[in-house]
Amino acid sequence: MAGVVAVAAESLAGGRARAARTVLDQVVLPGEELLLPEQEDAEGPGGTGERPLRLNAGVRARVRVVCGPGLRRCGDRLLVTKCGRLRYKEPGGSGGGGGVYWVDSQQKRYVPVKGDHVIGIVTAKSGDIFKVDVGGSEPASLSYLAFEGATKRNRPNVQVGDLIYGQFVVANKDMEPEMVCIDSCGRANGMGVIGQDGLLFKVTLGLIRKLLAPDCEILQEVGKLYPLEIVFGMNGRIWVKAKTIQQTLILANILEACEHMTADQRKQIFSRLAES
Amino acid sequence: MAAERKTKLSKNLLRMKFMQRGLDSETKRQLEEEEKKIISEEHWYLDLPELKEKECFIIEEQSFLLCEDLLYGRMSFRGFNPEVEKLMLQMNSRNKTEEVEGETVELDVSDEEMARRYETLVGTIGKKFAKKRDRVNYEEDENGHVKPTVKVKKMFLKPQD
Repeated sequence: MAGVVAVAAESLAGGRARAARTVLDQVVLPGEELLLPEQEDAEGPGGTGERPLRLNAGVRARVRVVCGPGLRRCGDRLLVTKCGRLRYKEPGGSGGGGGVYWVDSQQKRYVPVKGDHVIGIVTAKSGDIFKVDVGGSEPASLSYLAFEGATKRNRPNVQVGDLIYGQFVVANKDMEPEMVCIDSCGRANGMGVIGQDGLLFKVTLGLIRKLLAPDCEILQEVGKLYPLEIVFGMNGRIWVKAKTIQQTLILANILEACEHMTADQRKQIFSRLAES
Repeated sequence: MAAERKTKLSKNLLRMKFMQRGLDSETKRQLEEEEKKIISEEHWYLDLPELKEKECFIIEEQSFLLCEDLLYGRMSFRGFNPEVEKLMLQMNSRNKTEEVEGETVELDVSDEEMARRYETLVGTIGKKFAKKRDRVNYEEDENGHVKPTVKVKKMFLKPQD
């Protein structure tokens, strides 16, 4: 780790931008500029930035690259705004686009993003909307018509203090975030009020993404212990429920602790639990 | 009197539609040009050189959904919540493949929910058709569901000697 940081500091001091391809899965720091693959040859052999003459410059089609969280567009380059590891995803089956770059960073504070599914706590009911606390800078607003099967006469049964699983439709830094509990077709798809009992606790955002990864071993092992239900909110909140309070608490402790455990320690704990 | 001298009509009046039917095309065109000049002079515009919009090949997205293939957020294991387990299969397979394979007839409302609704429906509809005296027999329990209570019918009690 120290070696990587030293290299990064050196390149910053040099002031030259690095190619994004060479830095994949390495630590990047805010303020670094990254070059996309098409721009590398311009910076190449001469180092003076001369563009090689191309006879058919118009034919070279540039693909659209998506820069995800932690990166910003700075002219033709990517500017890093968060510290973490740079990741890249190849473009999918349809072939369009140029892939996605993003920075895998760690943080506890959630910033509402459109399309994210989150767990919110209803804090107030005012007129036609509910105010839902999602852990951001402002409470999100949730209209009472945004539930499946809700009409003006048939209001949803939501009280102050209820837990809601919904997604954002409006979430930017200029406006108050708005969330709904239906999808674009009008179906609930599991969103809405989360049932009775259970335990809600907060973890870091990176852990949520780690647990929701398609090949997460932790969840597979946890699922074998006893019957349980979990809801993950992208705002760092997890709600768990099991048959008894003790099982629920064990589950909550495991999920909180597995962020800092190695795979071996985890396996030990699971085997001890399975015995008892 | 009106035939002796031409009354001085205002410009606005002359611009009206019914006054223009009699005009010939020349005067019409002149009037239109004058109008356009007035309007374009009143329009405000920025006195800046035209900015050429650069075609951007980088799209900024703040969401992690595009970056990583994340599973659906609600999960249930070992049959704790069967509806959520069904949802899990549905949503996770939707992420993998866009097409629905082997579509089965999906119930919009589960059987339990249906039974519960019918139970209370009998009460509500029955109350509607019951006579005023019989409406007393229907009572509401805590959830607001209307259920008919079985009341013992008052029969004639023969007086004991």
